[in-house]
Amino acid sequence: MFEEVGTTTEGDIIINVGPQHPATHGVLHLVITLNGETIKKVEPHLGYIHRSIEKMCESLSYRQFIYVTSRMDYLSSHINNHACALCVEKGLQVEVPPRAQVIRVLMDELTRIASHELWWGAMAMDLGAFTPFFHAFRERESINDIMEETCGARLTMNYMVPGGVMQDLHPNFQKKVKEFMQLYKRKIHEYDELVTGNIIFQNRMKNVGYLSAEDAVSYGCSGPAARGSGVSCDIRKIYPYEIYDKLEFDEVLETGGDSFARYMVRIREMQQSIRIIEQLIDNIPEGDFQAKTKAVLKLPKGEFYTRVETARGELGVYIVSEGGTTPYRIKFRSPGFSNLSVLDHIARGSKLGDLVAMMGTLDLVIPDIDR
Amino acid sequence: MSNEELKVKITELLPAATFEEGGEWLTINIDPKDWLPLAQQFRNDDSLYFDYLFCLTCIDWKTHLTMVYHLSSVKHRHNIVIKSKLDRSNPEIETISHIWKTAEFHEREVYEMFGVNFLNHPDLRLLILPDGWEGRNPLRKDFEDTINMIKL
Repeated sequence: MFEEVGTTTEGDIIINVGPQHPATHGVLHLVITLNGETIKKVEPHLGYIHRSIEKMCESLSYRQFIYVTSRMDYLSSHINNHACALCVEKGLQVEVPPRAQVIRVLMDELTRIASHELWWGAMAMDLGAFTPFFHAFRERESINDIMEETCGARLTMNYMVPGGVMQDLHPNFQKKVKEFMQLYKRKIHEYDELVTGNIIFQNRMKNVGYLSAEDAVSYGCSGPAARGSGVSCDIRKIYPYEIYDKLEFDEVLETGGDSFARYMVRIREMQQSIRIIEQLIDNIPEGDFQAKTKAVLKLPKGEFYTRVETARGELGVYIVSEGGTTPYRIKFRSPGFSNLSVLDHIARGSKLGDLVAMMGTLDLVIPDIDR
Repeated sequence: MSNEELKVKITELLPAATFEEGGEWLTINIDPKDWLPLAQQFRNDDSLYFDYLFCLTCIDWKTHLTMVYHLSSVKHRHNIVIKSKLDRSNPEIETISHIWKTAEFHEREVYEMFGVNFLNHPDLRLLILPDGWEGRNPLRKDFEDTINMIKL
């Protein structure tokens, strides 16, 4: 792989970015063909942290395999667990109690905010601004504290189980979330003052990495990457799961198609998540947090597919069951894998320095791509 | 279109297609050689307009392989699942990467994990597995790796 580095017969330069590069935020290896400073081709090489989670899941029971999925997209582990739990419930035809549904949605939205916070800080850092990283982590930390209290973990929560959630909310949960919301509302304007309105930042983002709506759909993009091009693809709106159809929130759409549009989608999405949490935090119904399920789960013979909206886009879980206690085959349709495939398309013709802005706004999480 | 309407439309397009009952979405079984013309119609027909390929994968059934395509239409909001049975010893199917661009990556993944040969694929190389990997396809059921795989 590395011997490719050098010069081609047409005088183009071939360079490697990664596998260990601070801007890839993980072990992603890009082989880039350059003509001067202009990108002619970007070729991703994957597999540095491939664990073959799909193969692993084939020997794990329906209760066990959910724990592995936290390690896919580790920034939205709640939502990964949620997708798997939903898929198993679809097979078992279990009704989830209302309390568990509300807890799940609350956790999902908190995760979405935490994930977007990290993306925002890390992306600004890639572009050369170090301060936003600390601002983002200040807020993210309080979400992690909330998670730690209830789930016992800060990153790989493993909180959602088939039938509901693992344990009830911590008594402090509501108080802590309200405190966080107050803090967040007090600080949110700093984000715009520091980064969004900054003219240097805007110059680096606008008209960079243009992606048309048609290409976004053809390349299988989802989440903010596609919504920045005006493609309506929010699974929470189109195919509502849990109680999303009863909640008031807007699907955030931008029509610019460039990096700045994708940036704005995420910034505005955080405010929508806040809106959802506000509607639910005082209305958590009393009752069970888990439906009664058998100790050993057996899915009937058949195929089950669920789609959920993670912080990065559409996550699909496809379980093929032969009627046993373990899945016959599992496929995770991860948002990052499809979103990465568009990188070559949008990077061609741009300057090398802009590649970081494009990778940043696609919000790539490498374990999600490699699985 | 509802599942029933889709069923009527697809029977018109391809009378040889058989339908599977019981799933959430309409599922059709087709012969691999019918796939490319059907895919083009799926993408271009105004009333179908399946422009979003959201999942492409393969299942190893020990006796044969099954390609599974999940298609969706952003315009009409209907979904369909297409399945095609492949010979296990020499699995071959036409690529659809020029119709849905996302298939280029997904087909490369299936190529290395299941050994399916996608005819006319522009760049069928290893994507995830390391260079020099030979023959064995990790997601097939008979794959053995005594060093890295732990039997539970």
